[in-house]
Amino acid sequence: MSARLLADALAPADEAGVAASVRAAFEAGEPLLVQGNGSKRAMLRPVQAARALSAGALSGITLYSPQELVLSARAGTMVADLNAAVAAQGQQITAEIPDFSALLGSTAAPTLGGAVAANLSGPRRVAWGAMRDHVLGVRAVNGTGDIIRSGGRVLKNVTGLDLCKLLTGSHGTLAVLTEVTLKVLPVPERRATLVLRGLDPVQGVAALAAALGSPYGVSAAAYLPASVSHRVPGLNGAAALVRLEDFASFVAYRSERLRADLSAFGQVEVLDDAATLAAWAAVRDAAPLVDEPGAIWRVSVRPSAGPRIAAVLERMFDARWFLDWGGGLVWIAGPATAAAHDAVCAAAREAGGTWTLLRAPEALRAAVAVIPPEPAPLAAIARRVKAAFDPKGILNPGRLRAGE
Amino acid sequence: MITQLPPRQDVLARRDAIVAGLRRLLPPDGVIAEKLLLKPYETDGLTAYRQVPLAVVLPETTAQVAAIMAFLHREGVRVVPRGAGTSLSGGALPMQDAVVLGLMRMNRILEIDTADRLAVVQAGVTNIGITQAVQAEGFFYAPDPSSQLACMIGGNVNMNAGGAHCLRYGVTANNLLGLKIVTVDGQVIELGGAHLDAAGYDWLGLLTGSEGQLAIVTEVTVRILRSPEGARAMLAAFRANEVAGACVASIIASGIIPVALEFMDRPAIHACEAFAHAGYPLDAEAMLIIEVEGSPAEQDELLGRLRDICARHDPISVKVSSSVAESAAIWKGRKGAFGAVGRISPDYLCMDGVIPTSRLAEVLRRIGEMSAERGLQVANIFHAGDGNLHPLIMFDANDPDSFARAERFGADVLTLCVEVGGCLTGEHGVGVEKRDLMGVQFTATELDQQRRIKSAFDPGWLLNPSKVFPLQPAPA
Repeated sequence: MSARLLADALAPADEAGVAASVRAAFEAGEPLLVQGNGSKRAMLRPVQAARALSAGALSGITLYSPQELVLSARAGTMVADLNAAVAAQGQQITAEIPDFSALLGSTAAPTLGGAVAANLSGPRRVAWGAMRDHVLGVRAVNGTGDIIRSGGRVLKNVTGLDLCKLLTGSHGTLAVLTEVTLKVLPVPERRATLVLRGLDPVQGVAALAAALGSPYGVSAAAYLPASVSHRVPGLNGAAALVRLEDFASFVAYRSERLRADLSAFGQVEVLDDAATLAAWAAVRDAAPLVDEPGAIWRVSVRPSAGPRIAAVLERMFDARWFLDWGGGLVWIAGPATAAAHDAVCAAAREAGGTWTLLRAPEALRAAVAVIPPEPAPLAAIARRVKAAFDPKGILNPGRLRAGE
Repeated sequence: MITQLPPRQDVLARRDAIVAGLRRLLPPDGVIAEKLLLKPYETDGLTAYRQVPLAVVLPETTAQVAAIMAFLHREGVRVVPRGAGTSLSGGALPMQDAVVLGLMRMNRILEIDTADRLAVVQAGVTNIGITQAVQAEGFFYAPDPSSQLACMIGGNVNMNAGGAHCLRYGVTANNLLGLKIVTVDGQVIELGGAHLDAAGYDWLGLLTGSEGQLAIVTEVTVRILRSPEGARAMLAAFRANEVAGACVASIIASGIIPVALEFMDRPAIHACEAFAHAGYPLDAEAMLIIEVEGSPAEQDELLGRLRDICARHDPISVKVSSSVAESAAIWKGRKGAFGAVGRISPDYLCMDGVIPTSRLAEVLRRIGEMSAERGLQVANIFHAGDGNLHPLIMFDANDPDSFARAERFGADVLTLCVEVGGCLTGEHGVGVEKRDLMGVQFTATELDQQRRIKSAFDPGWLLNPSKVFPLQPAPA
């Protein structure tokens, strides 16, 4: 399928070209596989489409005003290029965009449009918000070929419906993103990570909760069980990790205060700036599970429920797992079977949470609900909203749910 | 003056039957239909516009809201949701043929969990009420609109309320985990929950700021945060708006993100000083209030860096607070700004545009020129870190010409905000006030896209009509 799609791929050079391509597909009633460079094509459900439409050729930063904390770039701009551009000005993309290339077996360069379409957020999400919280403006082409804008290039904006949030995380099923404006923030002067070793998952998450509930501005909190922790640089054996990022003197002071506050949970070691960068890059990109065979799920629940889900799934199918977002993001690896998938869904549902089947062989992704079904009244609204953007259902049909 | 859609005559004709139907769904004091008792609901924080509604209902539970919505949907009756009625954009302005659905009796706090850092509350809990419920444990709810003593979280969600501290903590949308909503036809739906980032479409994000036009919000799950160790403010006075604006740019470029960064121009300084006697510098053209958080030593370090930055911009004076009391004094004038302007002018319009902060000086100069041309005073208060500008345009409501000029002045200011790359509203919402300016910011295609989404939730356009979208028929 991939080879044929690439041969037929449309890669317009600009937004007008995207609009023309979508308009032609709309008139022909021809479904499109909407993508950037396709680095996340192995996520979610496979799309049955006659052609691929790539925004990958729409590249380049169109506005960067560091003193206003605002960055705009075309959707096909590579995430790596954006990270470099803001780093050169002492700033960073707040969402700490993960790179799932290794996890998904992709060699394609992830794009800004893809990261936004998938609402990808790294460890900082727990303190500073998701990708969707930092999208200030979008330009996009809807399913009839109309160019639409929402938001803008200012930090506060409640004018009209917030389509920035609706399109972020919609995986190209409502519109094709052509340009995105993000709020960016200064790079912290210093980073440090507090490590508590040897805690069981329940104690570990309690320690993370204590840290996140402290006044010290913890910017990330993860728990790695012994089974996978060796894949995080600097770790060997179960560990709870708490990150601080701020001015150097603040980090020194806060490390000491947190060390004292967490002493009831055990001895605290502190990783320095370089070790912190390496450890959290591994957590961000799900490195602890990259070498696991089979399927990968992400489950989001209230943080205190994370350990219970991990325990249940360990019993059911010897899951490999770790926890980010203070315990609320459960990363799970297990057999790529419908039975394992059902167990993950049931555990997430029972805890009142949500799941995503992030990686699996195509047959499984096509056969199961890769994200939770919506209750009937919401599903009816969702169908009408989809039709409001894409009346012929030509944009990434079936990407999120079968028949949608 | 604002126009509304014409009332549905058949609804007006069936008023008694509709009220009787509502009375069957609610306790006796939950339905208000007497003309005199409806009067308090005729307006909100935008008092220039008034309209007595058909009736008011005051439910206490989601189930009651669902029953009310199912009934009104069957009857084809329009609904205007209302929290505390503090909207400055006329977001809760009634219509003659609409039932006002008031949230104030839905005021229970349902769950507080400091370990998972969340609170579940009914939509009629006040903004400050959430913080009050969690502050004994050292937590707070971050968005702090200046009406926070009165305004309700359901209204905050509908308008995506902001506040003085959004530069650090974000607006309402960034501080929500879940909603319970009732659809226009009375179905109850839960969105999100106690977890982050539900997979699938971001309904939570779409509903937030939808101005009561997509569904009725009955319960809200908010993120709560641990309070900082402390906070302290400083005040810096400058010789020109341009200079103060350049200082703001220097602060952001330095890597410091203050929790608040407030700008006042000369008329605002004078009005606030006359009212609050806060010790503001009357010889200044512009003034910044900057607040930082952290331990006392951290505050000292940040304030020291900020003082150095201000010193590079030829300040008239810089005053760094050394105590909670001194910080309160610095904030006193700013927090009383609306009352202060109210003292020098019988009436004023509080505008809410947003501009790129780099265009501040130019925009203030243009506003000054418009003020002189139109013979209406204006004071500017500005959330400088995020570009949210609040010109307070003074007029006399007893003089229709003065009001009409003030409205046109306001529209011109907002048009200017859009022209320089900003937007019509940063935190007050479109409401009725800015409805007819939507075409300045959006193309017809874009407005139609938004209207189709509205139609997907509310095919009959019964929810909070006459707001947000210009009064043209909805697209098919």
